[in-house]
Amino acid sequence: MPTDTSVAFVRTAEIPPSPPPASETGIVKWLRENLFSSWGNTILTLFSFWAIYVILTATVPWIVNGVWTTSSLAACREVLQGEVGACFSVLTERWNQLLYGFKYPVEEYWRPNLAFLLLFAAAAPVLFFDLPRKLLIFTALYPFIAYWLIWGGSIMIPIVALLGFVAGYFVFDRFGKQSFAQGFFGAIVAAFVVWWLGGFLIPDTEDTLLPAVPSRDLGGFMLNMMLGVTCVSLSLPLGIVLALGRQSKMPLIKGICVIFIEFIRGVPLITLLFVASVMLSYFFPPESTVDLFLRVVIMITMFSAAYIAEVIRGGLAALPKGQYEAADSLGLDYPQAMRLIILPQALKISIPGIVNVAVGLFKDTTLVSVISMFDLVGMIRGPILASTEWNGVYWELLSFAALLFFIVCYGISQYSQWLERRLATDHR
Amino acid sequence: MSTASDPEQTSFRLSMLINDTRYRSLTFQAIAAILLALSIWYLGNNLIQNLREAGLNISFEFFGEPAGYDINQRLIEYDSQSSHGRAAVVGILNTLLVAFLACITATVFGVIAGVLRLSNNWLVAKLMAFYVEIFRNIPVLIWIIIIFTIMTAVLPSPRAFRGDDPASSMFLDAVAFTNRGVYIPGPSFNAPLFEATAMNWLLVLIVLIGSLFGARAISSWATKVQEETGDRPTTWYMTAGVWLVPVVILMFIMGLTWTFPELKGFNFSGGIKIGGPLIALWFALSIYTGAFIAENVRAGIQAISKGQTEAAGALGLRPGRIMNLVILPQALRVIIPPLISQYLNITKNSSLAIAVGYADITATLGGITLNQTGRAIECVLLLMLFYLTISLLISAGMNVYNNSIKLKER
Repeated sequence: MPTDTSVAFVRTAEIPPSPPPASETGIVKWLRENLFSSWGNTILTLFSFWAIYVILTATVPWIVNGVWTTSSLAACREVLQGEVGACFSVLTERWNQLLYGFKYPVEEYWRPNLAFLLLFAAAAPVLFFDLPRKLLIFTALYPFIAYWLIWGGSIMIPIVALLGFVAGYFVFDRFGKQSFAQGFFGAIVAAFVVWWLGGFLIPDTEDTLLPAVPSRDLGGFMLNMMLGVTCVSLSLPLGIVLALGRQSKMPLIKGICVIFIEFIRGVPLITLLFVASVMLSYFFPPESTVDLFLRVVIMITMFSAAYIAEVIRGGLAALPKGQYEAADSLGLDYPQAMRLIILPQALKISIPGIVNVAVGLFKDTTLVSVISMFDLVGMIRGPILASTEWNGVYWELLSFAALLFFIVCYGISQYSQWLERRLATDHR
Repeated sequence: MSTASDPEQTSFRLSMLINDTRYRSLTFQAIAAILLALSIWYLGNNLIQNLREAGLNISFEFFGEPAGYDINQRLIEYDSQSSHGRAAVVGILNTLLVAFLACITATVFGVIAGVLRLSNNWLVAKLMAFYVEIFRNIPVLIWIIIIFTIMTAVLPSPRAFRGDDPASSMFLDAVAFTNRGVYIPGPSFNAPLFEATAMNWLLVLIVLIGSLFGARAISSWATKVQEETGDRPTTWYMTAGVWLVPVVILMFIMGLTWTFPELKGFNFSGGIKIGGPLIALWFALSIYTGAFIAENVRAGIQAISKGQTEAAGALGLRPGRIMNLVILPQALRVIIPPLISQYLNITKNSSLAIAVGYADITATLGGITLNQTGRAIECVLLLMLFYLTISLLISAGMNVYNNSIKLKER
């Protein structure tokens, strides 16, 4: 084997690949690329670190030093002895007031608690449709159970109300197959007949299984939850009707819906709450007394229905015209086409918008504190901050309220994003 | 004689009203009209009965009566002897003032946060996402109260500025942050051309509008030159001159001076006082709506595909021109409509002023005037009418804009 002497050295084995330079790997590379890629970025990063530092030094000692077990601000300041620290004891001491208001009878707190727990059971089959469909029966029963739990009084009231709906359902089931209109109007008549007859069954006694609680005694975060849940669930069907009405070819119906929607969307919610608190009672019969809670529910429902209607109208408009024509060519009439073809698709497109409206509505329930209802914000600004023990405990209370709302609203929006991914049938 | 193709002329039967599509819509509309008329009659009847029982009537005479309450924050002359009508006008101007200020600052916050959220700086993007989520998910009423509490409970009282070694001092000797409000230097004229202050400012505004037209003329001249010769003349100094020179001359003629806030006794005087409620409302609405605008801006920028940037780069455009000529015109088409509806939301949310005692239209007409006169129906209706007018004006403007930027397709 001849050896080539002109080459001084020939490598006979392959060298192993050397690791990348330290600046191109691991955390250093990540830092260089994401935080210090240019002068501007470095300045921004340093500024952000400074901002985070300021925020943390302001809040962490305050939270860590928090006092949880005193009975007044003065006692709390004594414990802290001039150190920075939060008086979270206002939350523990006024916990019940924050959640239930200051008038709801203490021994009955288990009732709203139970209603709140059952809410999850009732909402689950609506929110997660992998669950068995039979559970929807409980969802349908829930409003009556929750009403009875929270307001108490004679059990006959929710039962008669439920019977009316059941009667209406059976009439619709019997006649709705031939003609939607016949079934629909028949169902309404049947329900009203049952309610009218049932009115005689309701006993006029104070002595009931669950003592009655008047709705002016409701308050705290419970009131926000109740307003939010009730108004969203009521405004969804109303919003669908308004959206369909706005799409209608009948000029009168379309006109009514357009005027209603544009009027409601053009005014702030607070003016509608003024209507509920000072003006609406002028429009009821003189002898009737409709309580403030119901009046507020009516106005907030109208408010959110108008917004939901616009969202659904967007969904309806986004459907290709072929869907409408396909439904027509199958020989479906209007109610069938809407129920089976159009609305399932339109509602699916509208889900993110509807959830946005629901989150906005839930945040807007705090506005009832302006018309002197004692919701969470009303409780904080009214009875708690005005009391001699806790006059001046702003930050603990306001952060607690902010935290509660953040948890609920952020949770809802995360659910909506999950649902959007879940419902996405287009392939990307 | 009849041909086979002629359908038999059926006479009109009553069941056709519900079964025949030709008549069905008429039936439904007739039913709707009857229901509507019945409910209006029912509500109206109740109203008349209730008013009769309460001994009231519908009248707007109270607008001429003296209001009897004071308004701290006002843009026009007003005292407690002024009429309820004037109080309502003060309220309207205050609503427009806070809405205008909040729209500007919310746009600034929103654009900064929206652009930074897309930044390739990981920390900054995360911080901005945090800002957006925190502010979008907590009610604006709570934000207004929190900032109002900062204004009243954390800032020092004017007393803290007194003495040789005061606990607090003014920022740059010109701005004082106190719990009664923020005092800033205020401009005034030594040799005004008109008696009324408002007229002088109107003159300044007119001059500025003239400058706007001048600047637009320069820009269109530059475009014309560019189209003819291919070179765009340098115009920035001309534009700056057109904007600055007339105003500066006018200010010089009228003798512009600044009065600084000074501590007199227990309070500041001189300069302009911006009340705590106004600041709370302004700032809270700005950061709250800014979070929503940030999301709109982000969506708008992300809606423009990367290919547009690359195509513009392939044509040889510099980065600044890519942004101005290619990306922004397309992104703005996505951003502007939701932006305008956010402005609408700011205007409507400014009605929350009543929670912190800022005298906007809701607090004057819908609050104190309503309570003093008991004219609930009149006050609430007028209040709604005002907001409705504003909303319709803004959405009319939006429609005009949408039509002007709509993609011109075949």
